Amino acid sequence: MDLVQMQKSLQDYTKSLFLEGILDSQFLQLQQLQDESNPDFVSQVVTLFFQDSDRILNDLSLSLGQQVVDFKKVDPHVHQLKGSSSSIGAQRVKNACVVFRNFCEQQNVEACHRCLQQVKQEYYLVKNRLETLFKLEQQIVASGGMIPAVELGF
Amino acid sequence: MGMETESQFHVLAVDDSLFDRKMIERLLQKSSCQVTTVDSGSKALEFLGLRVDDEDPNVLSTSPHIHQEVEINLIITDYCMPGMTGYDLLKKVKESAAFKSIPVVIMSSENVPARISRCLEEGAEEFFLKPVKLADLTKLKPHMMKTKLKKESEKPAKEEESEISKPGIEEEEAVIEILPLHQELESEQLETMVSSSSNKRKAMEEVISTDRSRPKYNDITTSV
Repeated sequence: MDLVQMQKSLQDYTKSLFLEGILDSQFLQLQQLQDESNPDFVSQVVTLFFQDSDRILNDLSLSLGQQVVDFKKVDPHVHQLKGSSSSIGAQRVKNACVVFRNFCEQQNVEACHRCLQQVKQEYYLVKNRLETLFKLEQQIVASGGMIPAVELGF
Repeated sequence: MGMETESQFHVLAVDDSLFDRKMIERLLQKSSCQVTTVDSGSKALEFLGLRVDDEDPNVLSTSPHIHQEVEINLIITDYCMPGMTGYDLLKKVKESAAFKSIPVVIMSSENVPARISRCLEEGAEEFFLKPVKLADLTKLKPHMMKTKLKKESEKPAKEEESEISKPGIEEEEAVIEILPLHQELESEQLETMVSSSSNKRKAMEEVISTDRSRPKYNDITTSV
């Protein structure tokens, strides 16, 4: 693929993430914070997000797997995940966390198990998509090109 | 006077989450602020130079060992933190004679009206909902300007008259420095002086309109 094609692919790919609701405008805010002085900002925070989330999901699995579920432990984790996914623009993860928290409040263990599965699903989806996005960017940069600005004309 | 190079605003950001600290730090840097981040309320107080008495945490004293070199123009803190919450930190700052003039802004991912009003009543200047956006940070300038205003009042008066007659003063700092400090300012005074963008004017008016007491000026010797 030549450079122009790669850049077009990246733009189309990014647009699709917005159209599918996987990312929301907060992701654009992140991109605004990236500049020559901080050229890797987005991938840095996203990496932090992945690290945090992997840990949180693990803790959640453990907490919900207990004989007696301690919701005082579960809720703060979901709260944190909701916060960071919201800051990244991972809309579907955030929404799944909102539902999750409601069931935490109701102390509904069954529903919380289902919520955890849902959150995990959305999380792996956005993780996968963002990793692909970064790969596309890296390919462009490696070929000496610039990352095109996202134009959301829809 | 070297307006541009003169001290940038320095913000102290407090958040227990590394992720959030990284975000707020970048947001503030992008808004041309110098940033120091700490991960707890107690560290924030330490940084300011307030020593928390181990026996009685309600007693705050200025630590004799820390010579406070850094001038903090604003504290921005997360609300939900283990140990000392953002609200607790706000209270401690406002209770301290040395630091109560530092504007404090609270951030929270939860939109709880009771929480918001409590913080504002305790003296928080703003309450930002997370995720905080670049646009939110433009609200900080007027609050940070106020501290510069107060600091300048402690310096001896300079050649103020000549400063005023300079046309098209862009820098708000220049305008503020020449006006006598602890006086509240009538907005029309400012409007004539601030010739630049409507943004700045709005910021000025916001400063005026949010002031709780608005005594009429009487001693202002400057003229336009």
